[in-house]
Amino acid sequence: MNKKWILPSLYILFLMLPIYGLLSMSFKTTNEILGGFSLFPQNFTLENYIKIFTDPTWYNGYINSLIYVCLNTVISVSVALPAAYAFSRYRFLGDKHLFFWLLTNRMAPPAVFALPFFQLYSAIELFDTHLAVALAHCLFNIPLAVWILEGFMSGIPKELDETAYLDGYSFWRFFIRIFIPTIAAGIGVAAFFCFMYSWVELLLAKTLTSVDAKPIAAIMTRTASTSGYELGLLAAAGSLTIIPGAFVIYFVRNYIAKGFALGRV
Amino acid sequence: MSQIEFKNVRHAYPPAKGQAPVYALKEVSQIWNDGGAYALLGPSGCGKTTLLNIISGLLTPSEGSILFDGSEVTRLPTAERHIAQVFQFPVVYDTMTVYDNLAFPLRNRGVAEARVTQRVTEIAEMLDLSDRLQQRAAGLTADGKQKISLGRGLVREDVNAILFDEPLTVIDPHLKWQLRSKLKELHQRIGMTMIYVTHDQVEALTFADKVVVMYDGGVVQVGTPVELFNRPKHTFVGYFIGSPGMNVLPCTLDQGQPVFANNRLDSGYAVASDLAGKLEIGIRPEFVSFSDDGIPVAIEKVEDLGRYQVVTVRHEAEQIKMVVGEDQAIPAQSPKISFAADNLLLYQDDWAVETEHA
Amino acid sequence: MRKTTNQKAWWLVTPVLLLVAFNAFIPLMTVVNYAFQETFGNNQFFWEGTTWFEKVLRSERFHDALGRQMLFTSMILVIEVPLGIAVALSMPRKGPWVSVCLVLMALPLLIPWNVVGAMWNIFALPDIGLLGYSLNSMGFDYNFTRQPVSAWMTTVVMDVWHWTSLVVLLCYAGLCSIPDAYYQAAHIDGASPWAVFRYIQLPKMKRVLTIAILLRFMDSFMIYTEPFVLTGGGPGNTTTFLSIDLVKIALGQFDLGPAAAMSLIYFLVVLLICWVFYTVMMRNEEQ
Repeated sequence: MNKKWILPSLYILFLMLPIYGLLSMSFKTTNEILGGFSLFPQNFTLENYIKIFTDPTWYNGYINSLIYVCLNTVISVSVALPAAYAFSRYRFLGDKHLFFWLLTNRMAPPAVFALPFFQLYSAIELFDTHLAVALAHCLFNIPLAVWILEGFMSGIPKELDETAYLDGYSFWRFFIRIFIPTIAAGIGVAAFFCFMYSWVELLLAKTLTSVDAKPIAAIMTRTASTSGYELGLLAAAGSLTIIPGAFVIYFVRNYIAKGFALGRV
Repeated sequence: MSQIEFKNVRHAYPPAKGQAPVYALKEVSQIWNDGGAYALLGPSGCGKTTLLNIISGLLTPSEGSILFDGSEVTRLPTAERHIAQVFQFPVVYDTMTVYDNLAFPLRNRGVAEARVTQRVTEIAEMLDLSDRLQQRAAGLTADGKQKISLGRGLVREDVNAILFDEPLTVIDPHLKWQLRSKLKELHQRIGMTMIYVTHDQVEALTFADKVVVMYDGGVVQVGTPVELFNRPKHTFVGYFIGSPGMNVLPCTLDQGQPVFANNRLDSGYAVASDLAGKLEIGIRPEFVSFSDDGIPVAIEKVEDLGRYQVVTVRHEAEQIKMVVGEDQAIPAQSPKISFAADNLLLYQDDWAVETEHA
Repeated sequence: MRKTTNQKAWWLVTPVLLLVAFNAFIPLMTVVNYAFQETFGNNQFFWEGTTWFEKVLRSERFHDALGRQMLFTSMILVIEVPLGIAVALSMPRKGPWVSVCLVLMALPLLIPWNVVGAMWNIFALPDIGLLGYSLNSMGFDYNFTRQPVSAWMTTVVMDVWHWTSLVVLLCYAGLCSIPDAYYQAAHIDGASPWAVFRYIQLPKMKRVLTIAILLRFMDSFMIYTEPFVLTGGGPGNTTTFLSIDLVKIALGQFDLGPAAAMSLIYFLVVLLICWVFYTVMMRNEEQ
């Protein structure tokens, strides 16, 4: 029984190794990297990080990414809430088909939509704005949010709603004052997933931006190709992209065990 | 089947860092007779479940030892103790049929399939599950599932005792009664030791031959339902058993006779007058009656409960409850009450003082 | 749950419907438009019927990419699902280490996909990467930019690294929802660890496991960024999966007709497999 910790420990070690490789490279100079392999940085340097924090094209990339990710999370969760409520509480014409159709959008390969999205968002003059990326990510995040929230809401007895209506609450007042606080955990999990998928997606984000809203991840790929082989800089930029994710996980850590069961195991 | 003995058993859950251990179970020494039907009764958090889990081996006590038929089992794992347990929430293996559920403990022990069939059929018959054997267990109602949990204990032939941990909590009220009588019937039929944990006195008193009342981690009294009613050893037993509970009133002693609020009470016995500590008399509401002379009281509330009335009266600072017959009139002017001497009990620091009633 | 029929519920769904339809319907129509027509720019279209579809379905290149995709996805599922379950089973249920484990395990899920690719690229570089250097100094001849097998292995291991945690987290959540009484009852019934897994843990994990497998299937079938950054689809075409091939055709060669036809076929394949899987799972549930 006490040998049980071995597997998780090995697994975590396996997860940490590439991250360590990235971090260690980010503290090396270009010369040292190209000179050969070393486990620890020999000439410890913060140069790569300084470059990122002083060059506007770099740090703007972070700001752009965070803006559209947050925008997308807010949009996705707020429109998904009433819809999930409708699916969990009411039967209406075409409800099942609609639900399945929503889920099919989660199955659409982003690569399929890259070019049409470019044309669509250019046509409505949203190309290269944060809003364009945030809206495009709704394609897969809204269905996911509806799915997760519907699961949580189905776990809440209908008597809660009925009692509130009997007490004279209007629908929206009940929804905002009582229902939303009740499924706070579900909202947390849905927001986590939206944040995650929007933060890590690159194909659409790259296609829909050129300068003003270019995400950090896209800037990295450009750097890799235009300014030669600056691995240290690339590693530093990559290391920095881990931080927002780590923050988000830290905040939802207590929900993970319960919340990931999506409310209806 | 066997006799279960507790020798100075105590248990504390691992304390938070830097804190002294708190005993969830204070010292218990107790013998559970073979074939007895016991109820462990007490409020939530009194240590009942801890005690039960110590018997089944799910918990190892911090101190003391447990003996089955005289042999030490304190550190033996659950599987080797031959104990069956029914939990508060029904545990069934969802993916199996009712038949496979009942067969599961036998198959795990390598019993031959022919014998398995025989036992399962027999037990299913006993529990009225015969017509549902091929159904998926997941589809049954709560009481059906609880019967399966019980059945998984009954099929085994090596079982020393069956433990019940508040098994009727999730059962509908009208089925509770049915299931309880089924249990009682089974006990009479197979004569297996059964220990039944509950916080519901009606359940305890109807099921058990002997009731073990627990309070604050300790056993306060073991007795038949009648003993618990007539002679509570601890004021808690008085409160907890009976509805409404026993009146417990402060008193003093005068020449071996209790005195309540300057009224010398006739008790029919005498005790040493030098008893120290907190002294109280205990009198059940059933043994308080209106009388021509006695303690003057003011009537506060009358509740008509159909077959009888519960009257709440007050004498100075003390509230007293009394049970009065349905058709009995309640005096309108200057009512007085008296206590039945035979049923007047005396408590010193919450424990009963041994007295000889004449 | 009993539901009441209420057509007004459509109002609650409308915002979602509009947003998703805007994102899904118009682009899909565009794709359909390209798939059946030929264009030489200037918004002039010529009806081509099913020519593009036939061309794509007959092309060896598509077959190869689809085959590689199928192989990749099956490998991913075969490795990640059992590994995820095993890790989830051996995780502690309580105690200070739980949060630490969960946070560390969730970390790869929140790294942008191209950073994952770049990180593994750096990690696996034969001369200066931690993995590549270690393998080579241990005597293995490893170079993922030149050897197809190395490239495949690296891509698969990268995906295992990236996504197994999702399976772990979902399974762990499922396991945590099993009341203690089930384990105690199994203990009393004398069940072996295998029986506990087979009859208690697995049934209780079924729902989350379905979700995990569906998500892993969809995402691995649509994988683009990570292998693109890691290997660029090479060496040769050995790690060119469907999405990579699609983008090559659409944006690289600007063959919009075949690309659109391929998009639709691709989408239908994903839909079909998900539908079959979903139906089978649901039928099992009903029985």
